[in-house]
Amino acid sequence: MLRRRLILLGPALAWWAVFLAVPVALVLAYAFLTRGTFGGVVPTFTLDNLARAADPLYLRVLLFSLRVAAIATLVALLIGYPAAYLIATLPPRWRTPVLILTVLPFWTSLLIRTYAWIVILNREGLINRGLAAAGLIDQPLELLNNEFAIELGLVYGYLPLMILPIYASIERLNPDLREASADLGGGPLRTFRRVTLPLTLPGIAAGCIFVFVPSLGNFIVPDLLGGGLSSMVGNLIQSQFLRARDWPFGAMLSLILIGLMGALLFFQAWLLGRQRREALDA
Amino acid sequence: MTTSPQAAPQGRRFGAAFAALALLAAACTTGTSSAGPTAGSTTAATAGSGTSAPTEAARPSGKIVVSNWDLYFPETLIADFTAETGIEVEWVKHTTNEDIVGKLDAANGTGYDVVLVSASFAEGLNNRGWLETLDHGLLTNISHLAPEADQLGYDPGNTFSIPYTWGTTGLCYRTDLVPVPPTSWNDLLKPAPELDKKVTMLATDRWLLLPALKVLGYSLNETDQAHLEEARDLLLETKKHLLAYDDTTFYSRLVSGEAALVEAWDGWCNYGIADETVGSKITYMIPSEGTDLWADTMTILKSSSNKPAAYAFIDYILRPEIAKTVVDLTLYKVPNPDAMALVDPAVMAQFPNLAMTPAELLEGEPLRDLGAAAPLWANIVTQITAGQ
Repeated sequence: MLRRRLILLGPALAWWAVFLAVPVALVLAYAFLTRGTFGGVVPTFTLDNLARAADPLYLRVLLFSLRVAAIATLVALLIGYPAAYLIATLPPRWRTPVLILTVLPFWTSLLIRTYAWIVILNREGLINRGLAAAGLIDQPLELLNNEFAIELGLVYGYLPLMILPIYASIERLNPDLREASADLGGGPLRTFRRVTLPLTLPGIAAGCIFVFVPSLGNFIVPDLLGGGLSSMVGNLIQSQFLRARDWPFGAMLSLILIGLMGALLFFQAWLLGRQRREALDA
Repeated sequence: MTTSPQAAPQGRRFGAAFAALALLAAACTTGTSSAGPTAGSTTAATAGSGTSAPTEAARPSGKIVVSNWDLYFPETLIADFTAETGIEVEWVKHTTNEDIVGKLDAANGTGYDVVLVSASFAEGLNNRGWLETLDHGLLTNISHLAPEADQLGYDPGNTFSIPYTWGTTGLCYRTDLVPVPPTSWNDLLKPAPELDKKVTMLATDRWLLLPALKVLGYSLNETDQAHLEEARDLLLETKKHLLAYDDTTFYSRLVSGEAALVEAWDGWCNYGIADETVGSKITYMIPSEGTDLWADTMTILKSSSNKPAAYAFIDYILRPEIAKTVVDLTLYKVPNPDAMALVDPAVMAQFPNLAMTPAELLEGEPLRDLGAAAPLWANIVTQITAGQ
């Protein structure tokens, strides 16, 4: 029995160890070592990187990143939930094609798709030209190189990751429950608030995590759509590893980010667990 | 963006897909027409150099691993070299200087025979003791290099690196959108009101600070914190008027008219000039305060197990008719006057900055490895990009 479990779990465990546990352990180790003068890592223990990370400058970058990622997650949820709901209520033969359309953008690199947004949003781009041709504007709208464009790029890029888990949780929902609610006098709004929403909360939580985490660490979108005019924590880490060749400090910043995300995940799990217990008690 | 401190080149390769249209238009037309004559003359040259050099059993053979940016070797260069010498070349592509330096870091300076990196990175690799001290006696075609190419501050005498391409950073602008032609870096740093939000600066640390350091009269390799903070304050003022920090698409912004004046590498400004519709209204200039001299270099690793073949490869690229195809492809200058003389006069006329002489280039300040000051620079740049 144990042997069969090991065989079944083996590949996943090996994958986890090689591609997650080992790299994270390396990050942890590097974060407390010293940078060599010409790059590289010198094995001298130091807490200096932690002290440097406490600089208000980096805190400001982190807070900005948290805000950007939180807004992107919220917007993706507001768009993604109705979309997922709609897909789940389509006739079954339509669902698969629509789901495929949802994930279709993943067939192209996010980098390429982000460049495409530059073509659409810039001052001489499709939207501004179209609006000008229609006589709706005289001055081009500033749609690119600002926070709006960053949010747009993140929501666009990660929306499918919001839709899929929510779709899965809605699809699993037993329609009898909604009928029962209606029979007991619940209006559509109340049924949604008291039945559908709580039962799809795990999907919402998963979708929010799937959007929030990569948004927080993203550095391509702020570079390309933000015009490089603002720094997110991903840019900060990238710049430490690549430009400053300061791997230990980059590792420390990564470690802080990993810790923060870990804390969020635990909080989410705790929240869901509590809710489940309450539901059982009730 | 993803881009990094490499010289213009690697950034270019990064946005390569987007440079491709302009590049293909320019490079293919000139490139294909030159392919015939080049192939002919190379075989002739082999016969000559082959007999004069090592006739003993020492004739280089076998295989070498070369790392270079994508699209940075002319298409047929490696096949032609192999056909002529029998030496096999595995071309490993790196996206950035940091990429290849990171790989070398992980493998402690092994795994490659020849590596192309920007000058300041070659200096860093040499400081770590990974680069071969070059025996110029094995590079017969080094005689084609300009004398000035021997006097580059990061490696006087080319002891561990041979320049592959070189150039400058300056202002690239639309003559029809900029009312008064720029003369100074201040025209970028304090743009005229009509240019507000129509200027871009390079995003990578070394070039992001360059205009401010030049205006303040400091070195491009400045390590003094107070001086760097002065530059930071100047750049934070400029940021309010910027369209973007942009390493990869600035020339297409000029072409579309979204930007009117951009900080640019000379070779990349050429991609804008190559545009059929508005290219003739795009021009390049070097501000009066001066600029840098960047170079991408060829190096041999100390750990190489086939150094004779590595030398043969570099020597091959130093041949004027081969180096000339590098100009055709990249629209960068090569430090090889005999090669520059072979470039189609029509190309030279279309891209005037190709005509800069080695003496003019040498007025620029070579970018050096920042060593222990690199984290300070990264901090200063973060203060600028995270600042309001």
